[in-house]
Order: sequence, then C-alpha cells, then structure tokens
Amino acid sequence: MRYIDDTVVMKRMTKRITFNKIWKALFFLATTFALVTLAVLLYRIVTQGVDYLTIDFLTNFASRFADKAGIKAALVGSLWLMAVVAPVSIILGVGTAIYLEEYAKKNKLNDFIRLNISNLAGVPSIVFGLLGLTIFVRMMGLGKSVLAAGLTMSLLILPVIIVAAQEAIRAVPNEQREASYGMGATKWQTIVHVVLPAAIPGILTGSILALSRAIGETAPLVVIGIPVILQFLPNGLLSQFTALPMQIYDWAKRPQEEFQHVAAAGILVLMTVLLLMNSIAIFIRNKFQKRY
Amino acid sequence: MVLDFKQEKSVVKTNHMATKPSADVAKKVVYDTRNLNLWYGDHHGLKDINLSIYENEVTAIIGPSGCGKSTYLKTLNRMVELVPSVRTSGEIIYRERNILDKSYTVEELRTRVGMVFQKPNPFPKSIYDNIAYGPRIHGIKNKKILDEIVEKSLRGAAIWDEVKDRLNQNAYGLSGGQQQRICIARCLAIEPDVILMDEPTSALDPISTLKVEELVQELKKDYSIIIVTHNMQQAARISDRTAFFLSGEVVEYDKTDVIFQTPADQRTEDYISGRFG
Repeated sequence: MRYIDDTVVMKRMTKRITFNKIWKALFFLATTFALVTLAVLLYRIVTQGVDYLTIDFLTNFASRFADKAGIKAALVGSLWLMAVVAPVSIILGVGTAIYLEEYAKKNKLNDFIRLNISNLAGVPSIVFGLLGLTIFVRMMGLGKSVLAAGLTMSLLILPVIIVAAQEAIRAVPNEQREASYGMGATKWQTIVHVVLPAAIPGILTGSILALSRAIGETAPLVVIGIPVILQFLPNGLLSQFTALPMQIYDWAKRPQEEFQHVAAAGILVLMTVLLLMNSIAIFIRNKFQKRY
Repeated sequence: MVLDFKQEKSVVKTNHMATKPSADVAKKVVYDTRNLNLWYGDHHGLKDINLSIYENEVTAIIGPSGCGKSTYLKTLNRMVELVPSVRTSGEIIYRERNILDKSYTVEELRTRVGMVFQKPNPFPKSIYDNIAYGPRIHGIKNKKILDEIVEKSLRGAAIWDEVKDRLNQNAYGLSGGQQQRICIARCLAIEPDVILMDEPTSALDPISTLKVEELVQELKKDYSIIIVTHNMQQAARISDRTAFFLSGEVVEYDKTDVIFQTPADQRTEDYISGRFG
C-alpha cells in the first residue's frame, strides 16, 4: 500500500502554494518599509533645503544670517578629517586583520582578541569620544585639532575595518595560499602577491563604508568639543576645524525657521559626499572582484 | 641571483646524466622515510612509515579515504604543517638531509619539491604571470629569462601550443583540464627535483585525465613523481611502484606489476579487486 495519499496531497497543494505567496508578500513589505522611509526622508530634506543649496552656500563661511550662511569651513574640515582617518584606520586595520588571519596561531588568546574586536565595533560612538577627549585632547595635548578628532574617529571605525578586512582575507580560497607556499614562497610573499590582490576589493569596500560612517558621525566631535562656527579653514593637522555633521547639528538646533532650511541644505551636501563614497565602494567591488 | 639560478640548473642536469645510464641497475633513492609517525592532535594519522622513493620513477600512493595517503604526500614538502596541531616523529631523508629537521627551511624544501593539487588552483592572474610566479618569488626579474622559463615550462606541461597566443589572458578563462596543466607548468617553472601530485585528475574529465597521465609519463624522464590517486586503474597505468596505505600504515609497497598482479597481503588484494574502499 502507498503511504502518500494523492487526494490529500492535492488538497494541501493549493494551501501550500498560497502560504508561499503570503510569505513572499510579507518579505516584500519589509523591504518596502525601508525604501519608503528613505524616500520620505529624502523628499522632506530636498524640498526644505534645495532652495538654499547654491554656489554661495558652498563657498561661504558660517554666518548669523541664514541667507549668508555657508558650509565651506565644515566641508573642508570634514575633508581634513578624512585625510587623517583614512590612512590611520586603513593601515592599522588591514595590518591587524593580516596578523589575525595569516600569522596569529589559533589559540584561546587570539580567539579572545578576535571576539573583542567584534565587540569593540558595537561600542557607542560617544564612548570613543570620551576616550579621544581623555587621551588625544588632554593627555597628549593635541587640543581640539584635526589630528585629535581624526585619531578618535580612527579608533571608532578601526574595528569595522578590521572585521571587513578579516572577512575579505578569509574569503581568499586556501588553495590559493597552498599554491603559493607549494612553490617555496614565504608567508609575506604569499600575502603580498596572492592574498592581498584578491582581498583588496573587499577591504576597500569595507573601508570606504567605514569612512562614510566616520564622516557622518557627530557624537565624538561634540564630546571633544570642536567649534561649530569657524571663519577660517584649517591650515594643518594641529589646526582647529569643524565638520559637516557638527555644522548641521548647530543649524538644526537654532530657533529661526530659516536655519532649518540651511540645515537641510547642509544635509544634502553631506549625503552627496556619502553617496559619492558609497558609489566608489560599489565601483571598486564590481570592477576588481576576482572570481574563482 | 640570476647566476645562482643558472648554476642550479646545470647541477640538476649533470645529476640526471650521471644517474640515467645506471638507472636500471640500481635506482637512486630520492626520499627515504624512516619510522615516520604523525599525529593530528590525538589522532595518530601516520604509523611507523618506512618507504624509499626512487629517482625518475612514478610512485603511486593508493588507499581508501582517510588512510593517510594525502597526509604522507603533504609531509614530503611539509605542507602538512599548515594544519595546526600536527606533530611528527621519525625522519624523511631527502638528498642526504632530514627534511623534518627544524633547520631545513620549508621555503628551501618547496623550491626543490613542487606540488600539484587536487583542484586546479591557478592564480587569478594572466597565464604568463601564473608561470612566472615561482621564478619571480625566487628573485628572477630579467624579462628575457622569465620569457624563456614560461615557454619552457608550458612546453614541458604540453600546453604551450594551446595557450601561446593568449599568455596575457586570465588563467581562469581556460578549461579545468587546461588549468591543471597550467598548474603543472607553474610547478615546473621552479625547476623542481620532485613533483608531488595530490589526486591531480580527480576534478577532470576523462580526456583531460588522459592528457595529464601522458604528461606524467613524459615528466618522469626529468623528475621524480609521487602521485596520490583514488583511481586504481590510474595507478596501474602510470606508476612504476605503488604503495598501498590503510589506516595510516603502509600495507604493501612494491613494483606496480607486483602490487596489481601478485599482491602479498590479503588486504591489498581485497582493495585492488574492489572488495572495499
């Protein structure tokens, strides 16, 4: 006798297929939720800020008057900040990832280090701000400078870069390393000629995404106490500066209605920078990704 | 650097000259394994292996999965050390020196002992750069010498005619069988003394397998080849000697004809007649 009854199977068939469709619709709704939120946000900011987004806005310094206020100091300040954060965090992050993935032995201590780097990625940014204030601003006496803020931001995104680089390095198939070792290559030669070329798209993508987090981060800058109104551009690593999110935060909290629009224009500038960085990341990933 | 390399080449050549005429009388031993034991953590992977591998022969290592045949092969170029928690005892004498001795650097050993892997693993670089990889890491920068090595190696692996017009294309554009011959060519480019092959045809179709097998026959004139294979017919077709491994031990090691026609051990007979494994 047969265990599977065809009539029962056929009866359940419609039900199973309907269930499948319902779940598909639910998952689609979940995706739509994020997209709709983004669309609403963008719509509101664009309608508020687009009138204030002029060439003057990009080339003027901050001002008490909304129609004269500009974002020059903050935009240039953010670029200075990136000039510190990018090299520091990428060099330290990739170095750490290479050590952990390629050189470190698999033992309890290294497992503990790995786990804690992942934990570090979840530490709130304001805590990093306090750390930066204590160590860089006060103990090392760097003041509220580009360097102090840059080092603080580097600490903040370092764990993210390490984890991204570790994943990129781990994604390089072991057969590739074996091929290189099998010809008498040293570990270093294998890393330089085989592992890194294959891992670099992933490392760069992760790094750029981390950097775009740093460029939008406000809390650590507030804690360090960098100024919001500056009438000059930074002229060196130890110079004072302000940054895009600080400037936007300052405008947004002002009581005058016009400054809300200025803030929206500032957000548009910040988002353009972010989108640019993210598109570079996507471009690199698509262009240089190796397929095995 | 370039001079060193050339000297080494000539040394290898004279070696062959010296051994060939007398080869039928008494073959020279390349690898002499003495009381080799290996543990993965608590697992005793290789038990008291004693095995002599001869020059300019194809030595096949057969046995069921998990019998330690790949482990043994990887011990011969110490690739097994990539696995953490591996311990060894005993000696493997290669050209008068114990390779298990810590003073023998793996980089030096692997320059003399090339390896071809189970799955073709070319680098995602051009065919040229794949072959030139080994010479380059050993310091050869001269473009003319590299060109010559690349051509010689590709000819040696019987793939020159198929790829000579597209040396700058990515090696991943080739078929699996071609990729494996590129890997063999890459291995020849470091001008090794011994070539280890770890189931080199298990991922290939029958025609590509045939080509690799013919190549192995050709290569044994200049190199000593040790090949691990799952395929007993392959061992019978291409090897001069066969070692049968079972649960980390060498059950029987003899001329291939003897192993396949008149095996001394009942377990060998059971295995080659397909009763298990």
